[in-house]
Amino acid sequence: MGDSQYSFSLTTFSPSGKLVQIEHALTAVGSGQTSLGIKASNGVVIATEKKLPSILVDEASVQKIQHLTPNIGTVYSGMGPDFRVLVRKSRKQAEQYLRLYKEPIPVTQLVRETATVMQEFTQSGGVRPFGVSLLVAGYDDKGPQLYQVDPSGSYFSWKASAMGKNVSNAKTFLEKRYTEDMELDDAIHTAILTLKEGFEGEISSKNIEIGKIGADKVFRVLTPAEIDDYLAEVE
Amino acid sequence: MQIFEYNGSAVVAMVGKNCFAIASDRRLGVQLQTIATDFQRISKIHDHLFIGLSGLATDVQTLYQRLVFRHKLYQLREERDMKPETFASLVSAILYEKRFGPYLCQPVIAGLGDDNKPFICTMDSIGAKELAKDFVVSGTASESLYGACEAMFKPDMEAEELFETISQALLSSVDRDCLSGWGGHVYVVTPNEIKEKILKGRMD
Repeated sequence: MGDSQYSFSLTTFSPSGKLVQIEHALTAVGSGQTSLGIKASNGVVIATEKKLPSILVDEASVQKIQHLTPNIGTVYSGMGPDFRVLVRKSRKQAEQYLRLYKEPIPVTQLVRETATVMQEFTQSGGVRPFGVSLLVAGYDDKGPQLYQVDPSGSYFSWKASAMGKNVSNAKTFLEKRYTEDMELDDAIHTAILTLKEGFEGEISSKNIEIGKIGADKVFRVLTPAEIDDYLAEVE
Repeated sequence: MQIFEYNGSAVVAMVGKNCFAIASDRRLGVQLQTIATDFQRISKIHDHLFIGLSGLATDVQTLYQRLVFRHKLYQLREERDMKPETFASLVSAILYEKRFGPYLCQPVIAGLGDDNKPFICTMDSIGAKELAKDFVVSGTASESLYGACEAMFKPDMEAEELFETISQALLSSVDRDCLSGWGGHVYVVTPNEIKEKILKGRMD
């Protein structure tokens, strides 16, 4: 590929007009574990595979879905450590907004600030882009919202989206299954079915994680027991 | 020479039934000399939010410009107007930033919040908020204003009666203060309209 001469320096455009490091970052995301999100009429659900490298890993200690504020949660596909850094920065930005305005940060504003951080790492010296794409799920005065943020810093609002290894199958499945007036519980079932589509091995409450937020505006990660209930309903 | 009394000022805000009124005097002085009789102390941030600033006139003008700047950026970013409570928190934060070299102003903030519920508050020059359900006052005539408002205020007044009450309270208080007066400037704000009136009182 003629672009390879330009792939060493992040801050240099290639002749085809691309920033090759960002393309590589997207590849890192694309080989990460599948995650997806669905916006229902009365809430949002996000879910991810939780494949651990060995059975000796204590799966209860691994938490891929994280809170950013009490009413906004996030999940990723890609590099876990990069995700941790972004979560830390986003949480700080949300708290700064709360401190200044004494009002919880709207979902769009937090997504925009996080995306700005990611963009800064594509235009600064000596740094590399983040190797994660985020799915941000929140519920504020504008209702339920689902956003995807990419390593380039671009963000999109989705009705349903998937990222990671199985993205094309998952998206096709979601396109078929998504309806505008879906309720939150239906969305959770659909999310589980979508994850099942490309799942290697037996799906169980130990190797997936689900987070949801409803009209109560409280983001929660489901306990393994609750996931078992939903899995049983899906069978 | 007290710095807060250099220019002279009187600002008052009152809560009514689904409406509020905010009023100020119009004198700008340099100690004992009057140099203007049409000084603008109350400014509109958006249709349902007003801020009146008493204290040193230069800081009144600069602080107003800074707040309008912040609000305009907020409107562009968030595509909505700021709620009065949010704006009050912002003003408090901006004042505290200058804790050890403060703006020599005391703001009075009045607005209609969600469901057109009236909101008023005042704060000192370093951002200590004081919320009230009835009225707030600030300026060189504040002691007289407290007395007049306490005597004349009734809860749940309609816009017309609120206008009369706040005007009487303002004029009688500034008459007892040599540094404020030369008429009054009153805004009565309901969910659908803003009424602005100039009062003619004792012109001294």
